[in-house]
Amino acid sequence: MAPSDQPNPGSNQDAMSYTVSPRRKWFGTFMTVLVTGCALLLALPLFSILWTVISRGAPSFSPDLFTQLPPPPLMKGGGFGNAIVGSLIVLGIAALISVPFGVMAAIFVSEFARGTKFASFVRFGINVLSGVPSIIMGLFAYGVVVLATGSFSALAGGIALAILMVPIVERTAEEGLKSVPMETRQGAIGVGATNFQTITQIVLPAALPSIATGVTLSLARASGETAPLLITALFNQYYAKGVLEPIATLPVLIYNFAGAPYKNQQELAWAASLLLVMLILVVSIIARSLSRRQTFG
Amino acid sequence: MSSSAVNDSPGTAKKSIAVARLIDRIFLGLTCAFACFVAVVLLWIIASLFSIAYPAIAKYGLGFITASRWSPVEDLYGALPQIYGTIMSSLIALLIAVPLGVGVAVFLSEDFLPAKVRTPVAFVIELLAAVPSVVYGLWGIFVLVPAIKPFLEGIYRTFGWIPLFSTAPDIRGLFQASLVLSIMISPIIIAISRDALISLPPQLRQGSLALGATRWETILKVLLPAALSGIIGAVMLALGRALGETMAAAMLIGNAPRISASVFDPASTIASLIANQFAEASGLQLSSLLYTGLILMLLTLAVNVLAEVVISRFQQIE
Repeated sequence: MAPSDQPNPGSNQDAMSYTVSPRRKWFGTFMTVLVTGCALLLALPLFSILWTVISRGAPSFSPDLFTQLPPPPLMKGGGFGNAIVGSLIVLGIAALISVPFGVMAAIFVSEFARGTKFASFVRFGINVLSGVPSIIMGLFAYGVVVLATGSFSALAGGIALAILMVPIVERTAEEGLKSVPMETRQGAIGVGATNFQTITQIVLPAALPSIATGVTLSLARASGETAPLLITALFNQYYAKGVLEPIATLPVLIYNFAGAPYKNQQELAWAASLLLVMLILVVSIIARSLSRRQTFG
Repeated sequence: MSSSAVNDSPGTAKKSIAVARLIDRIFLGLTCAFACFVAVVLLWIIASLFSIAYPAIAKYGLGFITASRWSPVEDLYGALPQIYGTIMSSLIALLIAVPLGVGVAVFLSEDFLPAKVRTPVAFVIELLAAVPSVVYGLWGIFVLVPAIKPFLEGIYRTFGWIPLFSTAPDIRGLFQASLVLSIMISPIIIAISRDALISLPPQLRQGSLALGATRWETILKVLLPAALSGIIGAVMLALGRALGETMAAAMLIGNAPRISASVFDPASTIASLIANQFAEASGLQLSSLLYTGLILMLLTLAVNVLAEVVISRFQQIE
């Protein structure tokens, strides 16, 4: 760029930029405009969703939402306290099951079986599992829990969501474990640590941000899942008394009330949508800040 | 434990080493067991679905797939319209979402925007991949479809002579559901394709630019082919989600168990069928619903296995 008084090889750089023919330049400009257009086109519905949820949900937002039970048709007020508690219970069950399975499987694949045929077999199984539709998880939990216990239940819903979460947890945990430099492990083994000590005291803490991200993201994804809960947890007008009976959850409440012909129930559906979307927003921000705190850069 | 072993007599040290070895073994076995379980839980799912669906499988056999009548009143079940609806809605959704999604992924992985703007935009898309499908369904019914209905009606008036567009569009229909599906699956395609593009070694870009390629020649001929396995993975996940996506389909497709040439007509998917009828179903209807679930499962399984094979082949080439 800088002009120089004597001719040198560097000054040829300016000349080189002219060798790009106008056609290639136009093509580049065209493509740039095209992908910018794609981004704008896609940003439109995304912002529209946020705007709709906020504008329709915010007016009916009040503290009552968190404490009261869903109202019968045509009654003013009411809330979805039972659905919030229900969602938390179902998600808690799902996390209790999916986190150990996901993390342990990731440890095996990354630490003990890395590069082996068996690791790629597990990898394959998890990849395929992650592509199984969520409603199938619901059917499975129905067959394994609901038919066995004789009742739609929070437990069935939790198991359905757990299977949904396992691939996400495993994948992020495995990535996190693999991003820990090999030297760290060699150092630990070198000073006499066993595999168990190396993994639990050195590798896992280093990979913790990724694992935490994976768990939070999988929880965020599971918190919005409706289909598997529709056929396992069903719905409950009241607070559930145990994990073995039908339980209300936020997504199912949204689905039920969105289709209801009564205005007060539709308003509750929008308020619940707002709450759910905001919850996912907060969780995603937490997940993001966790993943930023990298121990090994 | 190990530090105290150093100070103790050789005997206890040996013992603690043995204990440490034992813990190691147990730990290895435990992780292996969990990994095996995660890998084969799929088989358990298939077996469980199969056992409940068995009465319907025994009664209808493979004819279930080609029979086009689903009538709980007559206790007569066939899944062809639902299978057709599932595949068609997913293909239309992919047709829209793949070019759009890959385009945005390129847009966000290049420096068209300063990093300060790009990061929030990428974050918003990441966030919207997590928007619950039920909310997409609500939004589709109340906002999107009413907004684009005049446009669809224009297509119907102009191209109505083509069977594909031969009926007047309403709020609920195959294309309307596919459109919402395409928006739902775009964030998946974008997020994963973008990751694949960003994680490419910078030497690829440097080499290509050094040889005189323009930015877009580099993107189209070097970066995209190199990231292809990631992009195929993204499309695979998106297709899997579209095939099995339940709520948006149940709310927007119209749940009409028939095959129509027009994409504006109401249709039905396997997932929407299950969501609509499962809670009240019993007996043969329940088995038939699980039979359709099994078909959906095998369908997505086939897609995913195929994609896995393609991806592993690409990784070998790399």
